[in-house]
Amino acid sequence: MPYRKSRSKWMIYVIVTAFALVMIYPLLWMISSSFKPQSIIFRDMGLWPTSFTLENYKAGWRGVSGISFTTFYINTLMIVALAIIGNILTCSMAAYAFSRIDFTLKKTLFAAMLATIMLPYHVVLIPQYMIFHQLGWINTYYPLIVPKFLATDAFFIFLMVQFIRGLPQELDQAAIVDGCNPIQIYKRITLPLLQPALVTTSIFTFIWTWNDFFSQLIYISTPRLFTISLGLRMFLDSEGTSNWGSMFAMSTLSLVPVFLFFIFFQRLIIDGISTSGLKG
Amino acid sequence: MPVIKKLWAKNKYAIFFLSPWFVGVMVFGAIPMLVSLYLSFTNYDLIQNRTWVGTANYAEMFLDDARYKKAVMVTLKYVFFGVPLVLAFSLSVALLLNRGIRGLSVYRAVYYIPSLLGGSVAIAILWRQVFGRDGLFNQVLAVFGIEGTSWISNPSYALYTLIALKVWQFGSPMVIFLAGLRQIPRDVYESSSIDGAGKIQQFFTITLPLLTPIIFFNMVMQMINAFQAFTQAYVIGGGSGGPLDSILFYTLYLYQKAFQEFQMGYASAMAWMLLAIIAVCTAVLFLTAKKWVYYES
Repeated sequence: MPYRKSRSKWMIYVIVTAFALVMIYPLLWMISSSFKPQSIIFRDMGLWPTSFTLENYKAGWRGVSGISFTTFYINTLMIVALAIIGNILTCSMAAYAFSRIDFTLKKTLFAAMLATIMLPYHVVLIPQYMIFHQLGWINTYYPLIVPKFLATDAFFIFLMVQFIRGLPQELDQAAIVDGCNPIQIYKRITLPLLQPALVTTSIFTFIWTWNDFFSQLIYISTPRLFTISLGLRMFLDSEGTSNWGSMFAMSTLSLVPVFLFFIFFQRLIIDGISTSGLKG
Repeated sequence: MPVIKKLWAKNKYAIFFLSPWFVGVMVFGAIPMLVSLYLSFTNYDLIQNRTWVGTANYAEMFLDDARYKKAVMVTLKYVFFGVPLVLAFSLSVALLLNRGIRGLSVYRAVYYIPSLLGGSVAIAILWRQVFGRDGLFNQVLAVFGIEGTSWISNPSYALYTLIALKVWQFGSPMVIFLAGLRQIPRDVYESSSIDGAGKIQQFFTITLPLLTPIIFFNMVMQMINAFQAFTQAYVIGGGSGGPLDSILFYTLYLYQKAFQEFQMGYASAMAWMLLAIIAVCTAVLFLTAKKWVYYES
């Protein structure tokens, strides 16, 4: 019996390891290919480059038509940073009201907030585009940033409401006795205690904004304003399939920030998905 | 005006905290929703005047537009193949990883990484190469003496490469399954093995029933997301819909109608149909849920 048990356990290790390798192989192969000379990429399915070069990175970073990836990175980082600030500020305010303040029509508004989480973006897409068109905001970053300052990522409100409901009420009551109003309680008590949820919100805002393609594609058309996603797409269009080495080099680089975020915040990311079903 | 005064006194802080959200939900949510419903009954190209056309857009969609039918079929196929496969893989791997193996967090991380990166343009570019004529997949096949084709540019296979990409990202439902498996109390298994239940019997009488709410949750979320897939089809098909429109996803066709042909009315009608399709599929799932989802009461 113990023999059989250890053998079946051993089998599980073999299966999950082999399968994990198959899963991760394309990624590792892309990374390794980005260091291979262009001529051998299609003949070499191994992971270890038989000859090593950084030329793909140098050539790739120069980008397309005089706009280098430096520009794309700066643009993306700027959008991401503002999106994070917007989400943290306005989602936490809404979450505080929904979880700690009693007000008229609270249940109805809360239900409306939950409904917007499930709503497909496409149903509001065209009127939103018309609004931004009217405002003259097409081909600027405003359509990507302003909605974040209006708590439109309702999912994070929900996440924070769940979190605040788990916080002890006694601190709030003590603060009320001391004469604090709700704004002071929010600032001095709730916000500091909410920190883990704020970090989770920042991480997912970072990852989603970084990987976003659709809204950037719609609103941004000048290459100088391009994000990484758009830059990579343009690079693919202009180089076609002729320059896979540089394509892989830039693709690899574009994944590095998300990957690093995952390494550093693995626990929070896994917890975030496990507890609330955040899509990853 | 004592009523207004009273309302103000009760709600002034809520108004302060909720005003950004309220403006957002009105300006970017509720009002656009109604406007797009209205637009779906018009022809509008963003520049000239709107003309009311009644249900003509919907009629065209259902009766005349062959590409629309194609887009619906492609998307349904993607959802009905992709979602069950994702669930099967995520549940199987979660069950294996839940057998008390060492290094769980490492395995979990490796399986989760594709979910994290899978939606990006970079991965779509990688996929285009992997399933191209000279791609990694064919190189692997060549080792077994099989000569592959260019999977991406073959209309019979292109959609399956996208389904494969969807399945590749089974990590995030897997993480949710793993969390669910941990919630099942040990003593349930212990008392049932005292009663003489075998491992397989335990799986079907304990594990699976207790997991059904999570299977259901993952199924609904995966389905809603799959209906809205866009980036991968756009990048892999070069924005066109691929060979013979074989990867013309619903949202991709909607994008073409709205932002390449500037048929805003037609695209709005498509958006509302998408909402209807998703709503119907979700409702059907909820109705069947009574039959197979187990809720502790």
